[in-house]
Amino acid sequence: MAGWHAVFKREFGGYFATPVALVFIVIFLVLAGVFTFELGGFFQRGQADLRPFFDFHPWLYLFLVPAVAMRLWAEERRTGTMELLLTLPISPFGAVLGKFLAAWAFVGLALALTFPIWWSVNFLGEPDNGAIFAGYVGSLLMAGGFLAIGSAMSASTKSQVVAFILTIVVCLVLLLAGLSPVVNFIKGWMPAGMVEAITGLSFLTRFENISRGVIELRDLLYFASLMVVCLVITTWVVGSRRQ
Amino acid sequence: MIQVQQLTKRFASRGDSGVREIVAVDGVTFSVQPGEVVGFLGPNGAGKSTTMKMVTGYLSPSAGTAKVAGFDVQTQTREAQQQLGYLPEGAPAYPDMTPESFLKFCADARGLKGEARKKSLEKAVARTNLQGVLRQNVETLSKGFKRRVGLAQAILHEPRVLIMDEPTDGLDPNQKHEVRALIREMAREGGSEKGKAIVLSTHILEEVDAVCSRVVMIAKGKLVADCTPAELLAKSRYHNAVTVTVRTPSGARVREELLGLSGVKTVEIAEDQVREGAATSWTALPHEAHLGPALAPKILELCKQRGWNVDAIRMETGRLDDVFREMTVEKALGTGH
Repeated sequence: MAGWHAVFKREFGGYFATPVALVFIVIFLVLAGVFTFELGGFFQRGQADLRPFFDFHPWLYLFLVPAVAMRLWAEERRTGTMELLLTLPISPFGAVLGKFLAAWAFVGLALALTFPIWWSVNFLGEPDNGAIFAGYVGSLLMAGGFLAIGSAMSASTKSQVVAFILTIVVCLVLLLAGLSPVVNFIKGWMPAGMVEAITGLSFLTRFENISRGVIELRDLLYFASLMVVCLVITTWVVGSRRQ
Repeated sequence: MIQVQQLTKRFASRGDSGVREIVAVDGVTFSVQPGEVVGFLGPNGAGKSTTMKMVTGYLSPSAGTAKVAGFDVQTQTREAQQQLGYLPEGAPAYPDMTPESFLKFCADARGLKGEARKKSLEKAVARTNLQGVLRQNVETLSKGFKRRVGLAQAILHEPRVLIMDEPTDGLDPNQKHEVRALIREMAREGGSEKGKAIVLSTHILEEVDAVCSRVVMIAKGKLVADCTPAELLAKSRYHNAVTVTVRTPSGARVREELLGLSGVKTVEIAEDQVREGAATSWTALPHEAHLGPALAPKILELCKQRGWNVDAIRMETGRLDDVFREMTVEKALGTGH
């Protein structure tokens, strides 16, 4: 893991060297607001909680997180800096981890900037702040899962566009696996064990569990192992380019 | 400082006729001592870059080993990479960063801290004259400055081994001169025992003469020469040939007269046309190189006898492009290895 912090520092700073950070954060906040207030009916519901806010996060991340992840490795390969990075005395996993953590911290920052909504809901009523905290934890974990998948996709191509599309497709499959119409459809002809395995793989089921305020160890383990597996795959893909 | 043993790289290449194996580097063996500047010479596509990528630990060799400062690049990659500075081809750097932040990143990645980090940064910036552009984005820099940023990154941690892939390619004559001066200075630093071991690849022959103390030449992935530049020049058929520029009256049979001298094997005309009264350069090639030095006085004597005006006369050390062509095209193809 040697050198991951140098990579982290460079990558995290890199977001702010270009308008990327600003554009991403603004779009994220605007869309989060639109979804919550327009589609989610935040005020109409008359309840002091952030359910409509968190419910749209998976779909928001589906497009925004791949946009952050796509450049992680594809860009290095295009500009030739990959050769430089991998001949510095940094371990390949250190480089993978540093890049991933920087992207995660960046998305985490965007998420943290939604704090006015938490503040509003506390001003308007008396929400269960424990559940809101759990919602934020779940949202952050889900973003990490999307990013780790995006990291592996980005490592396998030189083209950011290809990385973007591949990540969306994989994440969409993982999301849909837990959506009730899909579950009902496969329930009809698949053995129960299989259905459970597929829904168990889904982001959506896990995220809903957590955002209801129930932080269970198995859900945490799910996201943690998903991230570790994807980062190990990324390291392997990066290494295989050297053969 | 660098030991390369039977280094080989095979790539699978997908062509029309299915998957084919390409041998990019084929059993290359050489070593570099501290204080040496080795010119890694060969035509484009000979395997220079691939060899360098293996020595720096970017590519894994298919066979053979490379050691940097005693560390095997395959098994002790980090240790070896700590000891070396590398300028990849085209000097890649992150386009959105400034040279300052880029160099700081490299210092962090190499584990430099505190005062040592600050001093290394200052020294590398001063040596590569980057002071004026430190806060400018790399993508807005000229080619010369980009190359200097790459060089600064490579020498930042005072590595014992410096590997540079085409360090002067695409630079203007002034920039080439600066880079070469810097390379020479670094090789000399601290005497031959403590100096850096430097390898630079090039296909520019003047560079070999200008900076290298030794030449390793490869063609089609194979080593074809490992010697000093002087030894390489001695392989030229022009080595110790005499070129004389004379003004002759019309009808003078210069070629025949020169050929008549003992020790002269062939005579070549150095310019396209013989114009009456105008100066013409003739090159007399000796049968054997050691006969060359005796040739010049004989030619001068001949000119005096015939009443030809000698504008200039010189003995050639050899022509590198000639040797280069012979070794990389004729030798590599001709002997059919």
